[in-house]
Amino acid sequence: MGNTITEKILAAHCSRDSVKPGELINAEIDVIMCHDVTTTPAIDMLAEKGLSKVAYPERVVIMPDHFVPNKDIKSAEMVARIRRWAREQNIEKFYDLGRHGVCHALLPEQGHVKPGTTIICGDSHTSTHGALGAFSTGIGSTDLAAALATGELWFKVPETMLFRLSGKLGKGVYAKDVILEIIRRIGVDGALYKTMEFTGELIEALSVESRMTICNMAIEAGGKSGIINPDQKTTDYVKARTDEPFEIYQSDPDAEYCQIIEIDVSNLEPLVAFPHLPSNGQPVSQIPDIPVDQAYLGSCTNGRIEDLRVAAEILKGKKVARNTRMIVVPATTEIWKQANREGLLDIFMNAGATVSTPTCGACLGGHMGILAAGERCISSTNRNFVGRMGSPKSEVYLGSPATVAASAVEGKIADPRKYLQEKP
Amino acid sequence: MTGKAHCYQRDHINTDEIIPARYLNMDKEADLAKHAMEDIDTDFVRRVKEGDVIVAGVDFGCGSSREHAVWALRGAGVRAVIADTFARIFYRNCINNGFIAIECRGISQKVATGDNLEIDVEKGIIKNLTKNERYEFPAIPDFARDIIDAGGLLDYISRKVK
Ligand code: SF4
Repeated sequence: MGNTITEKILAAHCSRDSVKPGELINAEIDVIMCHDVTTTPAIDMLAEKGLSKVAYPERVVIMPDHFVPNKDIKSAEMVARIRRWAREQNIEKFYDLGRHGVCHALLPEQGHVKPGTTIICGDSHTSTHGALGAFSTGIGSTDLAAALATGELWFKVPETMLFRLSGKLGKGVYAKDVILEIIRRIGVDGALYKTMEFTGELIEALSVESRMTICNMAIEAGGKSGIINPDQKTTDYVKARTDEPFEIYQSDPDAEYCQIIEIDVSNLEPLVAFPHLPSNGQPVSQIPDIPVDQAYLGSCTNGRIEDLRVAAEILKGKKVARNTRMIVVPATTEIWKQANREGLLDIFMNAGATVSTPTCGACLGGHMGILAAGERCISSTNRNFVGRMGSPKSEVYLGSPATVAASAVEGKIADPRKYLQEKP
Repeated sequence: MTGKAHCYQRDHINTDEIIPARYLNMDKEADLAKHAMEDIDTDFVRRVKEGDVIVAGVDFGCGSSREHAVWALRGAGVRAVIADTFARIFYRNCINNGFIAIECRGISQKVATGDNLEIDVEKGIIKNLTKNERYEFPAIPDFARDIIDAGGLLDYISRKVK
């Protein structure tokens, strides 16, 4: 019986020939990503236990993103503390304001994600980086502290669910719609404890960025991680960003999966996930009129350049509806600059949207776009829990960047297909 | 170890139910313990005794990753949780805090509140002294046992590192 890519990466990181689902192992961690919210408790714990030295400073990448630029005194002090700590620990990879971005967009963009590696962060959407063939998962603050102190962390080897995706996406349908469809089918705990491995002709056709959108939301189905076997697109993406060597692992043809789910996406429509669960997806053509106060384009799920391009295609020469405001947040500084070069930011602002500097900001109800009670937002983010973007009495609907842009134009949740050219 | 069971046959008991978000401005076990389980079992804190055991269904501890859920239960005197299955981050947090979490499929249908359970963590056996039954569970691996015995992950590694 063969092994999955996840089993192979984990085995290699605990110096074993193979590992089986259910086994507990201690794995070497290649990249420890730290953001502004969950890092300070870990620093506290380490100090309390007298474990004040980071074992491998070169493996740590720090990227304050949630409350950046500092939202208030408390967040300013949090980041100030992390800066001091980074200096004490000789951690050089620090993406401070000016080079900043949302962590899960910035990490791969800056070449820190390589196939075959292990990556952790005190953040649930760490599953994103599996899109490049890495084992990448979110953990708690104690885990983060332990990994910083030792460079290792214990894991239970997960079972793998295989999602075989076939067919071609129709006009106006994107990776976001695919993952919303998967979560709609299996539910918010449909992949509990498990790795979600995505494969098939659709995955091959998707860009690396779109693959990230899919792996990003594995956690919204309860998954431990999402992963995609690396191909030429993966290696091209990585080699354009780092000279460091890496090892490619692939699932064996006879690897064992706990479940195989086949989905043909040919007839998939744009989906909108209704409050308050990501699994509440409904086809956009079948929903009633839902006026929106805010349209939000950004986040680690859909704040990348291809997302901004699609939205700009729809917004070009149009106006955001009178009673709706639109916020565009390019996920990283590089994406912001690229969007600027391509004239996308002008398109957004001419349409009446506002463009902010990269930040998590409103995605988690932090700052820069909080919803009032009774307000409704169509958002390209990943979570629509109660109160996620502000008041517990506000509502968040999740959709693709195209759906967000079309909704901004119409002032209500709208089908993006009528704004787009037929794909060749 | 022997303890009295508090059985919840329900699945998907989330960390908000174990310790509601409104108490997350505290992080001391004793403070959190006063509110353990209060949204689904108002009487729990009054009934629970040192050394008791929680028994529950599938996906116990799902939702938010708050470690406070483990602290609240331990502070209330709970010695272990036995569930059909656990949510991933809750399970990690249990072990990382040196708290015993046992996965034993079907347990929530076999045990009733008030049953006296004797747990042999080493052998992977739960004896229901009240019903005179015996349930087996996959033994907690040595590795996780070492963490639990050390009192938690950071104590465990501080021995190794220092
Ligand atoms: S963009 Fe949103 S989901 Fe992504 S890391 Fe930031 S807060 Fe979390």
